[in-house]
Formats: sequence, structure tokens, C-alpha cells
Amino acid sequence: MSADRRPLLLMTPAMIWLFGLMVVPCALILVLAFFRRGLYGGIEYTWTLENLALVFDPLYFRIFLKSAGIAGLSAAIACVLGYAAAYAIAAMPRRHQPMLLFFAVLPFWSNYLVRTYAWIVLLNREGLIVNLARWVGYEGELPQMLYSEQAVVIGLVYNYLPFVILSCYAPLSRLNPEVTEASRDLGASAWTTFRRVTLPMTVPGIATGFVFVFVLSIGNFVTPALLGGGQFQMIGNLVYAQFLTANDWPFGAALSMVLIAVMLGLLMGQAVIADRASGGKGARDG
Amino acid sequence: MAERHIFRLMLLILGVVFAFLYIPISVLVGLSFNEGGLPTAWTGFSTRWYGALLANDDILKAAGNTLVVALFSTALSTVLGTLLAIGVEIRRRNGKWLETVIFAPMIIPDIVLAIALLSFFSLLGVKMGLHTIIVSHVVFNLAFVCAVVRARLKNFDWSIVEASGDLGASTFTTLRRVVVPVLMPAIIAGALLAFTLSVDEFIIAFFTAGAGRSSITLPMQIFAMIRFGVTPEINALATLVMAVSVVALALSQRLNKGELPGQ
Repeated sequence: MSADRRPLLLMTPAMIWLFGLMVVPCALILVLAFFRRGLYGGIEYTWTLENLALVFDPLYFRIFLKSAGIAGLSAAIACVLGYAAAYAIAAMPRRHQPMLLFFAVLPFWSNYLVRTYAWIVLLNREGLIVNLARWVGYEGELPQMLYSEQAVVIGLVYNYLPFVILSCYAPLSRLNPEVTEASRDLGASAWTTFRRVTLPMTVPGIATGFVFVFVLSIGNFVTPALLGGGQFQMIGNLVYAQFLTANDWPFGAALSMVLIAVMLGLLMGQAVIADRASGGKGARDG
Repeated sequence: MAERHIFRLMLLILGVVFAFLYIPISVLVGLSFNEGGLPTAWTGFSTRWYGALLANDDILKAAGNTLVVALFSTALSTVLGTLLAIGVEIRRRNGKWLETVIFAPMIIPDIVLAIALLSFFSLLGVKMGLHTIIVSHVVFNLAFVCAVVRARLKNFDWSIVEASGDLGASTFTTLRRVVVPVLMPAIIAGALLAFTLSVDEFIIAFFTAGAGRSSITLPMQIFAMIRFGVTPEINALATLVMAVSVVALALSQRLNKGELPGQ
């Protein structure tokens, strides 16, 4: 195609859509964060840094730290389980790998709410786990499993684990077996080879998995709302409350802004790791 | 043979992971056929809760809304996303900003996009309803359709486009008679993916639906049902919703030979 205008013409409708309904609304959030909240809710158009300062007020910052803690724990557990699962799949005969991978990812494509609800069924006071404990003869009082931090972590790990399996499988399946063989020939034990050769070479996959689970978890509001049962708040719930209950949009916007900044920082860090691993050739296919 | 030990350990964890992934879903599906009124105690096989679903007007209304949202947003995003993909691939030299704008909807957290759209619509004074859910869903569906179609375009033979031009076809004719037919499997795969995502999407719909129950979608209905008390009907509904997404995804995978975005 010689004329350079034709591709632009094809792209225009979609770009207008993305600009009008993504770029502009997101920019609006950034602007809102610097306005003052009106006396009766709504927005008063005076510039202020109060909202951003309030985000770092210990009262709210604690929720930030708590969300980061829960997201970090979930991401770490998902990475350990996901890496091991991906390792086992990559070590299987080639012809079985696509099917195993498909079944590992399949739950990821069912409805998020349904997957979360499944854990309510299991962790319920009348749920399967309690019934199972009764059935094997456990008489005592069982701890409340649902509506706790642990339940939220389980829910997050459950929902995002397939993602980690995918991101770890990619580098593991591409690992050249000659490299690990060389390590063995040079006298390294299997564990040393794993720890000093396999693991470091597959770090980008782990980093991708960790960052994505962390990013998806820290802003999550559905899982804490359903499995946390309102026992504690995460950033996502706080943002939700500011917009839909407290009617304090500027503060909600400021919270979102900090949240986006944290996420962008992490995603950029992950891109740097991926870029380094691919020898700076550009991270997009790494 | 220490390698075997590592492999066995990893295999054991893989087994645990598969159990972890499938037990909750299986329990849910199993209980959806439970006769009894308690969602958790097994009393016998029955399909009565599926019957109850069909008699529940709220759920039928929500299912209807979901279908309207999914069909319209899929149609719109398939057309826009396909054109975008073709444009991007013809242009070849793409600035970083362009890639960022195209991929952003896949990365921006739902909650952020949802509140951004809510504030945007409110400030503009747009009355919210199914139409605002539809246009909002197009934002992220577009990105997925574009990604799937672009994957197919990577091995596209551009010489057939030149040949079509040499034979006197206009750009539009070439697009309609040459490019789109070749891309059809990817376009359908992208559309099915968009449909699945739209049927399942909760957060953005929840924020852009506006007040009142008239534009409630199925995921919103499920969320409300979970929050306001667990009835066995949810098990049946959850099973159906899951079945629809799994079938649509399997079809999409088949058509596109496993080229999922992110892989």
C-alpha cells in the first residue's frame, strides 16, 4: 500500500473510541484528584493537594499497605505453585503439553464471580470442608474460614494461578536442554543446576506472573467484598466506597491515581526485567 | 537420579494444582444437581434448580440484558478491532504511544477504567443504562479482537493484496474480498473471545449500568445473589454461565489454533 493515509483511515474509528472512552476518562480521574470535594459531595473546582495528602494519612495508608501485603502474599503463593506446575508440564512429553496447558488455563476462562463463589461453597460454615472434617470424626469447633484474610488470599491465588502457569511455562518450555546438561557434565548436582541455571533463566516468566497477580490483586474489590465479607477493606473497596457511597470523588480519584502509579511502576519494572532477559532486543516477545 | 526427584516433586505439585483448580468448580457443578434446598448438603439428584432458574423473571431479564450487551459490544468491537489490526499491520512502523493506547485496556485494572467511565458519563450528564455498558465493553473487547487478528496477520501474505490491486480492485474491494476472508477464522475467534469476555464482565458493567434494576446483567445478578444469601439457584446459574464461557472459548481456540493473546 503506497498511500500512508489508508492504514490511518482504518485505524481511526477504533482510535476515536479508545481516545474518547479510555484516554479522556482516565485523564479525567487524574484531574479530579486535584479538585476539592464539595460541601455536600460533588466537586468544587478549586485546586488542592489535600486529596493526595489524605492518601498518605496513616488511616488510609494502612489500607494501602494491607492491600499490598495481601497482593504480595497471593502473588508469591501463586508463583510457587504456578512455577512448579509449569515445570512439570514442560518436562512432560511434548505431545501432552498443549492439552495439559489448556486444562490448566480453562478455569481462568470461567466467570470470576462464579470461581469466587465456589470458594464460599467450600469454606462456608456448612460447607464441604467443614462437612469433611465432621465426617472424619472431628468434633471440636472449627475456625471461621470464610470472611477472613486467608479466604481472600485463597480466592486471589485461585483466580490468578492459571496466569502464572502460562507466564512460567513460556520460558521453561524454551529452555535449551543442552544448557542444563552442560551444567550436569561440569559436575553440578541436580539441585544446583536447578537453582543456578534453570531458575535464573526463567526469572522473567516468574516476574511477569508475580507482577500481574500483584497488580490484579491490589486493586481487586470483588474478592475482598465476597470472601472478606466486609471484615476488612482493600484499596479497591475503598475506591468503590468513595465513589458509590461516600460520594467523595476527588479522594476516590486520588486513591486511584496512587494505585495506577504503583501498578505502572511495577509493570515497567517487569518490562525492564523482560527486556534484560531478551538481551535488550525489545521485551514484547520475551 | 536427583532430576527425577525434582521432576516428581513438581509433578506432585502439578497434581495438587489441578485438584485445587478443579475441586471447587466440580463441587459447584455437582451441587447444582442437588435435590435439597440447602446449597451444601447432598440429598439426591434433581434438575429442579435449573427449572427454578427458568421461572425466575429477574434472572431471565438479566440474561436478556447480558445477551443484548454481549451481542452489540461484540459486533462493534469486532468491526473496529479488525480494522484497527489491519491498519496497524499495514502501517508497520508503529510508535510506542500507539502500542500503549491499543494494549492499555488489557492492562488497566477494571476498577480504574470502571470509575473513570462512571465519572466521565456522570460529568457529561449521560443517562446510564445498557447503552453505556455496551460502549464501555467495546473499549476492552476491541483490544482483544485486535490482538487475535494481529496474531493472524503476522503470517499474512501481503503479495495477494498487491495482486488484487494490480488486477484493478479498489482498496475497499480488496479489503472485503481478499483480506477479510483470509482473516475470517481469526475474526470469528476474536468475536467469540469478545463475546465471552462481555458475558462474564462484572465490574465495568456494575459501574456503568446506572441506578435501578432495569439494566442489571447476569454477573451483576450473580453478585447480588451471592451477597444477599446463598440459594441453590446460584449453583445452577453458575454452572450454566461457566458452560457458556467454556464452550465459546473452546470454539475460539479451535478456530484460531491456540493463538490466545498473552501466549
